[in-house]
Amino acid sequence: MQFTAKFEYLDEIRDFVGDIARTGGFNDKDVYNIQLASDEAASNIIEHSYEGVSDGVLEISCGLKGGTITIILVDHGESFNPSEVPMPNLKADLSERKIGGLGLFLMRKLMDEVHYEADAKNNRNTLTLIKRKG
Amino acid sequence: MEIKVQEFKHCDMITVKGRVDSSTAPQLAQALEAANDGGKYKLVVDMENLEYMSSAGFRALLAAQRNSKKYNRGEVVLASVPDRIREALELAGFTELFKTFDDALAAVGHF
Repeated sequence: MQFTAKFEYLDEIRDFVGDIARTGGFNDKDVYNIQLASDEAASNIIEHSYEGVSDGVLEISCGLKGGTITIILVDHGESFNPSEVPMPNLKADLSERKIGGLGLFLMRKLMDEVHYEADAKNNRNTLTLIKRKG
Repeated sequence: MEIKVQEFKHCDMITVKGRVDSSTAPQLAQALEAANDGGKYKLVVDMENLEYMSSAGFRALLAAQRNSKKYNRGEVVLASVPDRIREALELAGFTELFKTFDDALAAVGHF
Protein backbone atom coordinates (compact mmCIF):
# COMPACT_ATOMS: atom_id res chain seq x y z
CA MET A 1 0.00 0.00 0.00
CA GLN A 2 1.21 3.48 -0.83
CA PHE A 3 0.46 6.39 1.46
CA THR A 4 1.19 10.07 1.10
CA ALA A 5 3.72 10.87 3.81
CA LYS A 6 1.45 13.18 5.81
CA PHE A 7 0.24 12.92 9.38
CA GLU A 8 -3.42 12.94 8.30
CA TYR A 9 -2.94 9.46 6.80
CA LEU A 10 -1.83 7.91 10.11
CA ASP A 11 -5.43 6.83 10.79
CA GLU A 12 -5.48 4.85 7.54
CA ILE A 13 -2.05 3.38 8.24
CA ARG A 14 -3.18 2.16 11.68
CA ASP A 15 -6.38 0.71 10.17
CA PHE A 16 -4.35 -1.05 7.46
CA VAL A 17 -1.94 -2.80 9.83
CA GLY A 18 -4.66 -3.34 12.46
CA ASP A 19 -6.94 -5.20 10.03
CA ILE A 20 -4.12 -7.53 8.99
CA ALA A 21 -3.00 -8.15 12.59
CA ARG A 22 -6.60 -8.99 13.54
CA THR A 23 -6.91 -11.34 10.55
CA GLY A 24 -3.76 -13.05 11.82
CA GLY A 25 -5.43 -13.74 15.16
CA PHE A 26 -3.48 -11.25 17.29
CA ASN A 27 -5.41 -10.25 20.43
CA ASP A 28 -6.69 -6.72 21.08
CA LYS A 29 -3.65 -5.75 23.14
CA ASP A 30 -1.21 -6.92 20.46
CA VAL A 31 -3.25 -5.24 17.72
CA TYR A 32 -3.12 -1.94 19.61
CA ASN A 33 0.63 -2.25 20.17
CA ILE A 34 1.28 -3.19 16.52
CA GLN A 35 -0.73 -0.14 15.46
CA LEU A 36 1.15 2.08 17.92
CA ALA A 37 4.57 0.84 16.74
CA SER A 38 3.56 1.33 13.09
CA ASP A 39 2.26 4.83 13.86
CA GLU A 40 5.52 5.75 15.62
CA ALA A 41 7.50 4.39 12.65
CA ALA A 42 5.40 6.26 10.08
CA SER A 43 5.39 9.46 12.19
CA ASN A 44 9.19 9.41 12.40
CA ILE A 45 9.48 8.94 8.63
CA ILE A 46 7.04 11.79 7.93
CA GLU A 47 8.67 14.08 10.48
CA HIS A 48 12.33 13.31 9.87
CA SER A 49 12.96 11.43 6.59
CA TYR A 50 10.58 13.70 4.72
CA GLU A 51 11.20 16.87 6.73
CA GLY A 52 10.24 19.79 4.49
CA VAL A 53 8.98 17.45 1.75
CA SER A 54 5.28 17.75 0.97
CA ASP A 55 4.83 14.96 -1.58
CA GLY A 56 6.82 12.12 -0.03
CA VAL A 57 5.62 8.57 -0.55
CA LEU A 58 5.51 5.95 2.17
CA GLU A 59 5.12 2.34 1.04
CA ILE A 60 3.87 -0.05 3.67
CA SER A 61 3.55 -3.78 3.24
CA CYS A 62 2.30 -6.11 5.85
CA GLY A 63 2.55 -9.89 5.86
CA LEU A 64 1.51 -12.80 8.06
CA LYS A 65 3.35 -16.07 8.27
CA GLY A 66 3.04 -18.74 10.95
CA GLY A 67 1.89 -16.46 13.76
CA THR A 68 4.32 -13.67 12.86
CA ILE A 69 3.41 -10.27 11.45
CA THR A 70 6.02 -8.39 9.45
CA ILE A 71 5.47 -4.72 8.61
CA ILE A 72 7.86 -3.12 6.15
CA LEU A 73 7.93 0.66 5.74
CA VAL A 74 9.89 2.04 2.79
CA ASP A 75 10.65 5.71 2.21
CA HIS A 76 12.82 7.66 -0.19
CA GLY A 77 13.78 10.53 2.09
CA GLU A 78 16.71 11.24 4.40
CA SER A 79 18.18 8.23 6.17
CA PHE A 80 19.22 8.11 9.81
CA ASN A 81 21.50 6.03 11.98
CA PRO A 82 19.39 4.28 14.64
CA SER A 83 22.43 3.77 16.85
CA GLU A 84 22.85 7.55 17.05
CA VAL A 85 19.34 8.11 18.39
CA PRO A 86 19.79 8.56 22.14
CA MET A 87 17.78 6.28 24.38
CA PRO A 88 15.30 8.33 26.38
CA ASN A 89 16.21 8.53 30.05
CA LEU A 90 13.07 7.16 31.63
CA LYS A 91 14.28 7.99 35.11
CA ALA A 92 14.93 11.66 34.39
CA ASP A 93 12.70 13.99 36.33
CA LEU A 94 10.17 16.27 34.72
CA SER A 95 12.46 19.17 33.90
CA GLU A 96 15.07 16.95 32.27
CA ARG A 97 12.77 14.59 30.44
CA LYS A 98 13.29 14.66 26.70
CA ILE A 99 10.77 13.36 24.24
CA GLY A 100 13.19 12.73 21.38
CA GLY A 101 13.89 9.09 20.65
CA LEU A 102 10.69 7.96 22.33
CA GLY A 103 9.16 6.74 19.06
CA LEU A 104 12.06 4.40 18.29
CA PHE A 105 12.19 3.31 21.93
CA LEU A 106 8.48 2.38 21.87
CA MET A 107 8.89 0.49 18.57
CA ARG A 108 11.67 -1.61 20.07
CA LYS A 109 9.68 -2.28 23.25
CA LEU A 110 6.41 -3.11 21.50
CA MET A 111 7.79 -5.32 18.72
CA ASP A 112 10.01 -8.41 18.85
CA GLU A 113 12.38 -7.14 16.17
CA VAL A 114 13.10 -3.75 14.57
CA HIS A 115 15.50 -3.51 11.63
CA TYR A 116 16.56 -0.49 9.63
CA GLU A 117 18.43 -0.44 6.37
CA ALA A 118 19.51 2.68 4.47
CA ASP A 119 20.30 2.00 0.82
CA ALA A 120 21.90 5.30 -0.17
CA LYS A 121 22.61 4.22 -3.74
CA ASN A 122 18.96 3.70 -4.50
CA ASN A 123 17.73 6.34 -2.02
CA ARG A 124 15.64 3.76 -0.26
CA ASN A 125 15.23 3.36 3.50
CA THR A 126 13.58 0.24 4.84
CA LEU A 127 12.24 -0.11 8.38
CA THR A 128 11.03 -3.59 9.33
CA LEU A 129 8.88 -4.34 12.36
CA ILE A 130 8.28 -7.93 13.42
CA LYS A 131 5.99 -9.33 16.10
CA ARG A 132 5.27 -12.93 16.99
CA LYS A 133 2.02 -14.06 18.52
CA GLY A 134 1.81 -15.02 22.20
CA MET B 1 -10.46 13.70 18.14
CA GLU B 2 -12.74 15.96 20.19
CA ILE B 3 -11.79 18.22 23.07
CA LYS B 4 -14.10 19.73 25.65
CA VAL B 5 -13.01 22.13 28.40
CA GLN B 6 -14.99 22.52 31.63
CA GLU B 7 -14.21 24.92 34.44
CA PHE B 8 -14.59 23.80 38.03
CA LYS B 9 -14.03 25.78 41.20
CA HIS B 10 -10.54 24.47 41.87
CA CYS B 11 -9.46 23.10 38.50
CA ASP B 12 -10.28 22.81 34.81
CA MET B 13 -11.10 19.55 33.12
CA ILE B 14 -10.06 18.80 29.56
CA THR B 15 -11.96 15.86 28.12
CA VAL B 16 -10.30 14.18 25.14
CA LYS B 17 -12.22 11.77 22.93
CA GLY B 18 -11.12 9.65 20.00
CA ARG B 19 -7.56 9.30 18.78
CA VAL B 20 -4.53 11.46 19.54
CA ASP B 21 -1.65 11.04 17.07
CA SER B 22 0.83 13.32 15.28
CA SER B 23 -2.04 14.73 13.25
CA THR B 24 -4.34 15.62 16.16
CA ALA B 25 -1.89 16.12 19.06
CA PRO B 26 -1.35 19.82 18.16
CA GLN B 27 -5.03 20.44 19.03
CA LEU B 28 -4.57 18.85 22.44
CA ALA B 29 -1.38 20.85 22.95
CA GLN B 30 -3.27 24.04 22.04
CA ALA B 31 -6.08 23.31 24.49
CA LEU B 32 -3.58 22.71 27.29
CA GLU B 33 -1.59 25.83 26.38
CA ALA B 34 -4.77 27.91 26.22
CA ALA B 35 -5.63 26.81 29.77
CA ASN B 36 -2.13 27.70 30.99
CA ASP B 37 -2.25 31.01 29.14
CA GLY B 38 -5.54 31.74 30.92
CA GLY B 39 -3.86 31.24 34.27
CA LYS B 40 -5.20 27.71 34.76
CA TYR B 41 -2.53 25.35 36.00
CA LYS B 42 -4.60 22.76 37.87
CA LEU B 43 -5.78 20.53 35.07
CA VAL B 44 -7.54 17.20 34.82
CA VAL B 45 -7.25 15.37 31.51
CA ASP B 46 -10.20 13.00 31.31
CA MET B 47 -9.34 10.07 29.04
CA GLU B 48 -12.41 7.91 29.57
CA ASN B 49 -13.38 8.02 25.89
CA LEU B 50 -9.88 8.20 24.49
CA GLU B 51 -9.28 5.31 22.10
CA TYR B 52 -5.66 5.87 21.20
CA MET B 53 -2.64 8.03 22.03
CA SER B 54 0.80 7.95 20.43
CA SER B 55 3.98 9.58 21.73
CA ALA B 56 2.87 12.80 20.02
CA GLY B 57 0.14 12.99 22.67
CA PHE B 58 2.63 12.15 25.42
CA ARG B 59 4.73 15.08 24.23
CA ALA B 60 1.75 17.46 24.58
CA LEU B 61 1.05 16.19 28.11
CA LEU B 62 4.70 16.53 29.10
CA ALA B 63 4.90 20.16 27.93
CA ALA B 64 1.73 21.02 29.86
CA GLN B 65 2.96 19.25 33.00
CA ARG B 66 6.24 21.14 32.87
CA ASN B 67 4.52 24.49 32.49
CA SER B 68 1.79 23.79 35.04
CA LYS B 69 4.15 22.59 37.77
CA LYS B 70 6.39 25.66 37.51
CA TYR B 71 6.51 27.65 40.78
CA ASN B 72 4.33 24.95 42.37
CA ARG B 73 1.33 26.63 40.82
CA GLY B 74 -0.42 23.44 39.80
CA GLU B 75 -0.18 20.17 37.97
CA VAL B 76 -1.76 18.04 35.26
CA VAL B 77 -3.43 14.85 36.45
CA LEU B 78 -4.95 12.07 34.35
CA ALA B 79 -8.36 10.46 34.88
CA SER B 80 -9.85 7.18 33.59
CA VAL B 81 -6.81 6.20 31.57
CA PRO B 82 -7.73 3.22 29.33
CA ASP B 83 -5.58 0.09 29.83
CA ARG B 84 -3.79 0.17 26.49
CA ILE B 85 -2.88 3.84 26.88
CA ARG B 86 -1.77 3.29 30.48
CA GLU B 87 0.53 0.48 29.34
CA ALA B 88 2.14 2.68 26.68
CA LEU B 89 2.55 5.52 29.21
CA GLU B 90 4.22 3.05 31.58
CA LEU B 91 6.60 1.83 28.87
CA ALA B 92 7.55 5.44 28.20
CA GLY B 93 8.13 6.03 31.91
CA PHE B 94 5.38 8.64 32.01
CA THR B 95 3.27 7.18 34.81
CA GLU B 96 5.80 8.53 37.30
CA LEU B 97 5.31 12.06 36.00
CA PHE B 98 1.51 12.17 36.33
CA LYS B 99 -0.89 11.30 39.11
CA THR B 100 -3.66 9.13 37.75
CA PHE B 101 -7.19 8.69 39.08
CA ASP B 102 -9.78 5.99 38.41
CA ASP B 103 -12.44 8.52 37.48
CA ALA B 104 -12.90 12.20 36.74
CA LEU B 105 -14.66 12.88 40.04
CA ALA B 106 -11.71 11.62 42.08
CA ALA B 107 -9.33 13.65 39.91
CA VAL B 108 -11.32 16.88 40.36
CA GLY B 109 -11.54 16.15 44.09
CA HIS B 110 -7.74 15.99 44.27
CA PHE B 111 -7.52 19.78 43.84
